[in-house]
Amino acid sequence: MSLNEFWFLLITVLFVGFFVLEGFDFGVGTVARFLGKDDAEKRVYINTIGPFWDANEVWLITAGGAMFAAFPHWYATMFSGFYIPLVFMLLALITRGVALQFRSQLDSSNWRGFWDWSLVIGSALPPLLWGVVLANFMVGMPINKDMEMASGFVQFLHPFALLGGVMFLLLTITHGLQFITIRTTGKLQERARNVARKITPITIILFLAFIVVGYIVSDVFTYHGQTFMVIPILAWVALLFANLYNTQKLDINAFILTTVTMILLTGSIFIGMFPRVMISSISEAYSLTVYNAASGSYTLKVMSIFSIVLLPFVLGYQAWSYYIFRKRLKKDDELEY
Amino acid sequence: MDPIIIARLQFASTTIFHYFFVPVSIGMAFTIAIMQTLYVIKGNKIYKKMTKFFAVLFLINFAVGVVTGIFQEFQFGMNWSTYSRFVGDVFGPSLAIEGLLAFFLESTFIGIWVFGWNRLGKKLHLMSVWLVAFGTLLSAFWILSANSFMQNPVGYEFVDGRAQMNDFLAILTNPHLWAQFPHVLFTSLATGSFVIAGISAWKIARKHDLDLFKRSFRISIIIGLASSLIIMFTGHWQAQYLVNAQPMKMAAAEALWEDSDDPAPFTVVAAIDEAAKENTFEVQIPLLLSFLSFNQFEGSLEGINGLQEMYEDKYGPGNYIPNVTLLFWVFRVMTGIGGVMALLGLYGWYMSRKDGLENKKWYLKLMTFGIVLPFIANTAGWILTEMGRQPWAVFGLLKTSDAISPSVTPNEMLFSLIAFNSIYAILGGITIYLFVKHIRKENHDDLVPEIAQDPFDEERGDEVVS
Repeated sequence: MSLNEFWFLLITVLFVGFFVLEGFDFGVGTVARFLGKDDAEKRVYINTIGPFWDANEVWLITAGGAMFAAFPHWYATMFSGFYIPLVFMLLALITRGVALQFRSQLDSSNWRGFWDWSLVIGSALPPLLWGVVLANFMVGMPINKDMEMASGFVQFLHPFALLGGVMFLLLTITHGLQFITIRTTGKLQERARNVARKITPITIILFLAFIVVGYIVSDVFTYHGQTFMVIPILAWVALLFANLYNTQKLDINAFILTTVTMILLTGSIFIGMFPRVMISSISEAYSLTVYNAASGSYTLKVMSIFSIVLLPFVLGYQAWSYYIFRKRLKKDDELEY
Repeated sequence: MDPIIIARLQFASTTIFHYFFVPVSIGMAFTIAIMQTLYVIKGNKIYKKMTKFFAVLFLINFAVGVVTGIFQEFQFGMNWSTYSRFVGDVFGPSLAIEGLLAFFLESTFIGIWVFGWNRLGKKLHLMSVWLVAFGTLLSAFWILSANSFMQNPVGYEFVDGRAQMNDFLAILTNPHLWAQFPHVLFTSLATGSFVIAGISAWKIARKHDLDLFKRSFRISIIIGLASSLIIMFTGHWQAQYLVNAQPMKMAAAEALWEDSDDPAPFTVVAAIDEAAKENTFEVQIPLLLSFLSFNQFEGSLEGINGLQEMYEDKYGPGNYIPNVTLLFWVFRVMTGIGGVMALLGLYGWYMSRKDGLENKKWYLKLMTFGIVLPFIANTAGWILTEMGRQPWAVFGLLKTSDAISPSVTPNEMLFSLIAFNSIYAILGGITIYLFVKHIRKENHDDLVPEIAQDPFDEERGDEVVS
């Protein structure tokens, strides 16, 4: 494996990590306002992600940094090309972050109500926009011979992209609800299961529609051969079983399977793009690849050493933090958020 | 509107706003870690309460710092894609390593620290706050290694019109980095500790929890005094480095149009006429500029006009003069405030030792208003650093006017500028509101509820800090 390929793999891993971990944060943030019947219940739901969300978001920041370092053209084309969606995504991430921190600072129902809604919008908008971005990744973008992507916001919002957005939002909600079922007990847990029972079937239908339409409008699922179609299908099957386990109250299994869905979906898109990192809809020759978008081999070598040495520690202490906070939350617990 | 102006305004406002919070995070993290260490060593609950009181403020500040930092990183690709393509090889790794090494550490352990008071043993919990503090330090180092490349590019070669890294060690040993990092580190410690000292002063004046806030004042004023004294040296060191490395920046900061006399006088105030390229009025102290620049009472400095000619020869026709009036004044504001902070720190430390703070109402009031001082000085310092580099984005390699994203329309940039600045204004307002609300509360006993299974409960009496 060349260093260019290794770095593509690493950035894929960072994005997979981001979607899996921040995915349930987004889901929890979106539903907490509606799932909790009173302030105490809402707080329990929000606190399920309390110790984790900040570190989970770093997966995205590091992915951005890694793109900048390893594939500067990918970073430059994507970030300047998806300008307006990124503005909204960043505004949403700002809103969500401070909503979590600010919400319970004051004991006023207006104040908390305001931040509850901010949390909903700030948590729902990013996955919606990521779904749009991923769908555009699949069908390609108008990238010209100078690697510049000139496209207004509206052009991103074709039907397939909208389908991707809504599907991805619902997927994070499903994933988040399953996370709640393994972090709470009693009535609060039961309510998350019940809502998941209603929402997951819709997610399943949209997911199926997404991979069928994706198969038709994009070459990504089958770029390396028809057999690769098995990956998004397995992602869908995992979602079916997640739903099944949820109805049987096997929460941990259900959460593991929504995680698998997230991994396989993201993986299938990144695998299918490879060796391209951004597909040009103008001409295949203008596509950015892991070769023409990359940094020099010296940079890749230095970065490889750093990431190979550091990633095990990162994974280790992050896993440790999940171990520390493994105890399920209850209403009478002392809550921070 | 010129897209370059919009993109620059966006960069300036984001950096300045983000940097209101960064030094507070760094400085408060260390000071709070020291408070908690005192609690763990002495077992005195007053330090736990102190830690938790300031933790509330620290966390509000930290959250805003984190969320504005995301855009700080992403805006390079969004507004400055040409720049990103040009330097990604050398500049990107610093950001990536910052994420891997620093952000993960900070964000994971801040979660463990905030939520782990009753879940971890005393020492392990203390370790988590120190790791947060250490993480902020690493973060500063790596982002400054990136900024130093823009100021003084090293460790690269040109390949196909792009800068490619060929010597990572050179990036890490960039003299600009080692001139800048200590200054940023100690100004951050000064900022965080002056915030804590200012709040403590207000509390002492109001006679809230006197025992606690006299102690927190003592801790923070010691750090604040020590850092503001060290800052004078780190700043002096950095300025001396810049006289050689970026003579134009320093000449502009001194409004020195023509080569100076030998020995060179220091201009205290000046009326600057940028169009005529001269000062119409000056108040000068003889010898001082030579001494500040070279540690001796001789030596001449190059003037702006001569440097302009030299750069035209070297880089081709163009204007290589930054905004002289602005740089001249921000430099004086920064250094002046540094001096005032050292004096405030000295007097506060003295009064704190004599235990006479309560009677010095004027001083307590001054310290409370003094909270704004480091923020003004920090902003002035970054304006000097970044605007003093103009017209370059990467000194000598890439001009700012050639660095922006060609595919982004001015309207899109304007929309983003307005949207982000609106949210900054709102966030700034709410942060101050929450700070004031928390500080004004008279009683903070709810911060340390007595929990039966509190593993930190072993009291060892009330040893007093001496």
